[in-house]
Amino acid sequence: MSALVEEMARKALKLRIPLSVQLDLTYRCNERCIHCYLDHHDHGEMTTAEIKDLLDQMAAAGVFYLTISGGEILMRRDFFQILEYARERTFCIKLKTNGILIRQKEADRIKALGVETVQISIYSHIPSVHDAITKLPGSLAQSIEAVRRLRAHGIHVIMANVLMLRNARDYAGVRALAAELGAEFILDPTITPMMDGDRSVLSLNVDENALREVFRNEALVGGNVEEFCAPPQGPDEDALDMLPCSAGHTACYVSPYGDVYPCVQFPLPSGNVRRMKFVDIWRDSPQLKEVRSITLRDMPSCSKCAHGGTCTRCPGLAYLEGNMRGPSTQDCEKSFARTGIPSVNLMSKKAAAAERLGKIQLVQIQNVPAMTAAAPV
Amino acid sequence: MNNKRYVARSTAIAARALGDETMVMSATNSTLFTLNEVATLIWEAADGATPLEEIVENKICMKYDVAPEVALKDAEGLVAELAGHGLLLISDQPIPRSKVVAA
Repeated sequence: MSALVEEMARKALKLRIPLSVQLDLTYRCNERCIHCYLDHHDHGEMTTAEIKDLLDQMAAAGVFYLTISGGEILMRRDFFQILEYARERTFCIKLKTNGILIRQKEADRIKALGVETVQISIYSHIPSVHDAITKLPGSLAQSIEAVRRLRAHGIHVIMANVLMLRNARDYAGVRALAAELGAEFILDPTITPMMDGDRSVLSLNVDENALREVFRNEALVGGNVEEFCAPPQGPDEDALDMLPCSAGHTACYVSPYGDVYPCVQFPLPSGNVRRMKFVDIWRDSPQLKEVRSITLRDMPSCSKCAHGGTCTRCPGLAYLEGNMRGPSTQDCEKSFARTGIPSVNLMSKKAAAAERLGKIQLVQIQNVPAMTAAAPV
Repeated sequence: MNNKRYVARSTAIAARALGDETMVMSATNSTLFTLNEVATLIWEAADGATPLEEIVENKICMKYDVAPEVALKDAEGLVAELAGHGLLLISDQPIPRSKVVAA
């Protein structure tokens, strides 16, 4: 992050301005990705007029970075109408799409509307792997064609590679493909629970060995691996007053139904723009105020953890695990894979598991003589 | 002879007020700038219809204790720099509203 962007973020935090908002236009999608956290049915999306009104409100509230996402954003027939309106309100616009519906005409319009970045998910450079994840035959070829069309216009394209068991070995191939196409490559090693709390998709997450490999890859780390993987020193006094992340502080999320959450990964219902003004929710929502009140010092487990000052703990994942002041086990696992040092949370879980195992063994020992005595000779 | 200069915010930008400053990003190369309080006053008044001299006189000199010729020289430097980055348009004729983005 540049010094200027950091300074802007500091100022926005001080002024309580929602600098960044992700607005999902729809949860409908033409792919059915195995790891997706969304319900793809339409439960009453905001109308074009409602979204335009919301964009006016967000511009007035000071939103600068607007990420338009979904679902698949181009499933909305009014997508370009919304994009054009957002552009007129001088947002810095980022799009997230699978690119399948981006043909020449769409690429031309995206270029004309001065979009900052277009992020397209590419799960593998191997069609059979990518298409098995999206459950849409031919989807890799179509997504790559979209990348080519956008790049031909000079548009900044980001190829996002979500790492999971099925594609654990393919990130190098996707990275090479991104380089060939002139796109930026990012790797996300976290599968998140569904927004309704269903955690079954977490079984798709890569194992510790794959994570360790990623964290020791200099090209992916983008710096000194030894330093990145060094044992943590524990949080100092300054770190204890740190805010967990920008969610609810300078950023928030709005669903296609107008629900406001601190972040797309932090589905704490904080208000609805169909019933209240965006700025009133942002300023006065008790839920957002609670999120803002939490520092590392308030987290019983994390404040005592050696990783406290350096962990990438996601408060949304912690919330989905049951406690927004608690640890996010997925981030604990990442910290462990990165440094080899278990977090307080992982050690507690291990101790609890050992205790459970001890109890089971005790029951078995008690039962054995009785069973032996009852057994026929 | 009309030697007035008109300035207008380009449509190829992203911009937002942040307190008394303004963030401006070029949509063509994603370079980010911040405008201070004085530059923000000029930016907000750059509607393509008001001459720069009038903006300086009404927005700067009325608010700050500065000589008009000094303020105008500084303003000319600022608008030339912003125009160089594609953030502002400069013309010796009024600039049509369709080429000006809302403040």
